[in-house]
Amino acid sequence: MNAKDKLKIPRQKMPEQGPKERIKNFREVPFGYTPELAMEEAQRCLQCKKPICIDGCPVEINIPEFIRLIAEGEFIAAAKELKKTNSLPAICGRVCPQEDQCEKVCVLAKKYEPVAIGHLERFAADYEREQGEMEIPQIAPPTGKKVAIVGSGPAGLTLAGDLIKLGHQVTIFEALHKTGGVLVYGIPEFRLPKSIVQAEVDYLAKLGVEIKTSFVIGKLWTIDELFSQGYQAVFIGTGAGLPNFMHIPGENLNGIYSANEYLTRSNLMKAYSFPEYDTPIFSGKNVAVLGGGNTAMDSVRTALRLGAENAYILYRRSRKEMPARIDEIHHAEQEGVQFHLLTTPIKYNGTEDGWVTSMECLKMKLGEPDASGRRRPVPIEGSNFTMRVDTVVVAIGNSSNPLVPQTTPGLEVNKWGNIIADPETGRTSREGMWAGGDIVTGGATVILAAGAGKKAAKDIHRYLENL
Amino acid sequence: MNEILELKNLAPEINLLKLNVPLITQKAKAGQFVVLRINEEGERIPMSITDLNPETGILTIIFQEVGKTTAHLAILKKGDVLADVVGPLGIPTHMKNFGTCVCVGGGIGIAPIHFVAKTLKQAGNKVISIIGARSKNLLILEEEMRNLSDELLISTDDGSYGHHGFVTDLLTQLLSKKVKVDFIMAIGPVVMMRAVCKVTAPWGIKTVVSLNPIMVDATGMCGACRVTVGGKTKFACVDGPDFDGHQVDFDELIKRQAMYLKQEKIAMERFTRKFGGKTKQGVGR
Repeated sequence: MNAKDKLKIPRQKMPEQGPKERIKNFREVPFGYTPELAMEEAQRCLQCKKPICIDGCPVEINIPEFIRLIAEGEFIAAAKELKKTNSLPAICGRVCPQEDQCEKVCVLAKKYEPVAIGHLERFAADYEREQGEMEIPQIAPPTGKKVAIVGSGPAGLTLAGDLIKLGHQVTIFEALHKTGGVLVYGIPEFRLPKSIVQAEVDYLAKLGVEIKTSFVIGKLWTIDELFSQGYQAVFIGTGAGLPNFMHIPGENLNGIYSANEYLTRSNLMKAYSFPEYDTPIFSGKNVAVLGGGNTAMDSVRTALRLGAENAYILYRRSRKEMPARIDEIHHAEQEGVQFHLLTTPIKYNGTEDGWVTSMECLKMKLGEPDASGRRRPVPIEGSNFTMRVDTVVVAIGNSSNPLVPQTTPGLEVNKWGNIIADPETGRTSREGMWAGGDIVTGGATVILAAGAGKKAAKDIHRYLENL
Repeated sequence: MNEILELKNLAPEINLLKLNVPLITQKAKAGQFVVLRINEEGERIPMSITDLNPETGILTIIFQEVGKTTAHLAILKKGDVLADVVGPLGIPTHMKNFGTCVCVGGGIGIAPIHFVAKTLKQAGNKVISIIGARSKNLLILEEEMRNLSDELLISTDDGSYGHHGFVTDLLTQLLSKKVKVDFIMAIGPVVMMRAVCKVTAPWGIKTVVSLNPIMVDATGMCGACRVTVGGKTKFACVDGPDFDGHQVDFDELIKRQAMYLKQEKIAMERFTRKFGGKTKQGVGR
């Protein structure tokens, strides 16, 4: 097929559950490509000589090559190509912000729609998994070196996969009872089925990664004790920490959650299946979610599925500044989420016995750009109005978890408590300690954390070789 | 790991649980807590530590049947294995030789105050303990507390044993006798801790309380356990559970603890239907 014919093929839409149906369940929204759709979409790739899409990918997947394999019907080979650089393609295919990365720089994006790289990645990974046994790759002979990974989120899982293949002994220490970090407690089932995360974890276990859950590093053992237990390198990927609040009056009223708590109850603890599962969640009829990121979209869409009649997003800037993925905003809109942009709460009102009933809000306008380059929201005086709410979810980001820095002398952190690490290698101020993911960057994306795990894996390997 | 070595009833709805958790007993200190989860469908519940033995690896917990999970815990058997025991969590109680310490324990709060009092004694303090319960048959650890305290005072709400009234009456009497007290630790129902702090505030004696808000992960991630201390939001799981009692907003804590009463009732009714005949007591209240 020549380039002209390729350009005639429209970008293939991924079939998905209709909005009316899906807000009544927690099942995944998109169904995935069929092999036919995937091959059709893969035809659209121009196989550029200088594929700039690769530069757009934090883990530098050979994008044209895996797409070429899909176009030829070599789906398993495509999955293998993906796994050369990305240990978690089924996950990244679902939750990566491709529109800001590989697809943003796709040459087709200028005049046409970019190749659906994310959809294709997901397809190949799903195809391989659904075929049954995932092949065990060649593992280097044992090096006798031991690596401890603290936290089993995307950074830790990626690192574990890379280092075990190089012949090192790898142990993951996870504080929660389930492995996967934000992939299991944060991202909802309807966006990332937990069975997919579990399949990735099972795969690592099959490769020989040892996983210890309910093991809180910083409490049960310190990082220094890991060294005395015989580990020669430690990677800290403890993820997001305590949730940020706005510190406005009434914020501790009942019914006001952090997104971390709301999502953890629903996702990790399966509160949406209460009382089959023990953990309860309160989700009322009028739910307001504060924030404009993916976590806010996950929370508001969870609220709908838990039975909200009115689900609102309150965001203090305009739509253009919303950090959430366009797809997620779009899904939320389709599902009936009401957006109150340029709006911020300033105070909560509640009942005698401590339940939130309403919140007082202010309208905002955009002023001069701030340090982040985004236009600063400025309150409009006298624009106060009151909204009736019975549930509020605060999704305005996280600070850092203090457990590891508090108990690790000499480990340098910045003023927000994030561990300082070399962006290229993940090295920290302490010999033999690496860090990556949200504990270093503050709230970011799955793929950036995976990328940090990848870079640290290379550096840890070099370090261990020279020991 | 995580198996139940002993589970026995101490008083109506109060049980003693011994768990085999060697790693945790190596590290846990007075004032810290663990999180338990019974099974795959289970919730994560924080539990104070009553005692531990690093040599045998045995951790002792005394718990009251207050809801579905604790009622379920009460009908487990020796040899059963809990899905998860996580810990030690929270910051240990600040220990040093203060001089004379008063340890106030109310109801099930006597269990954790036992560990604190024992450790304060080991640190060289003179320990005066005041323990109280609704009624004589609900008073736990009397003998243990007597053995480790320099002085032990007892009250019951109904007057069935010791002083007829509250632990705060005994505390007021003690302080009025001009006994020099350097440090007070109070653990028990929130209303009791609030009352103790009211008593001690005019005396200007440092009073520490151990707070028990609702928790989920309990490792500094979810923010469920937020409490207001000195006008600031603190997270009991990583900043506490011990706080300066004179700074704590107890009224807010009481309201926040009641957040899931409706759901707790639903869970309890469901549990009673399933296990009603087998439970020891207390189930179905």
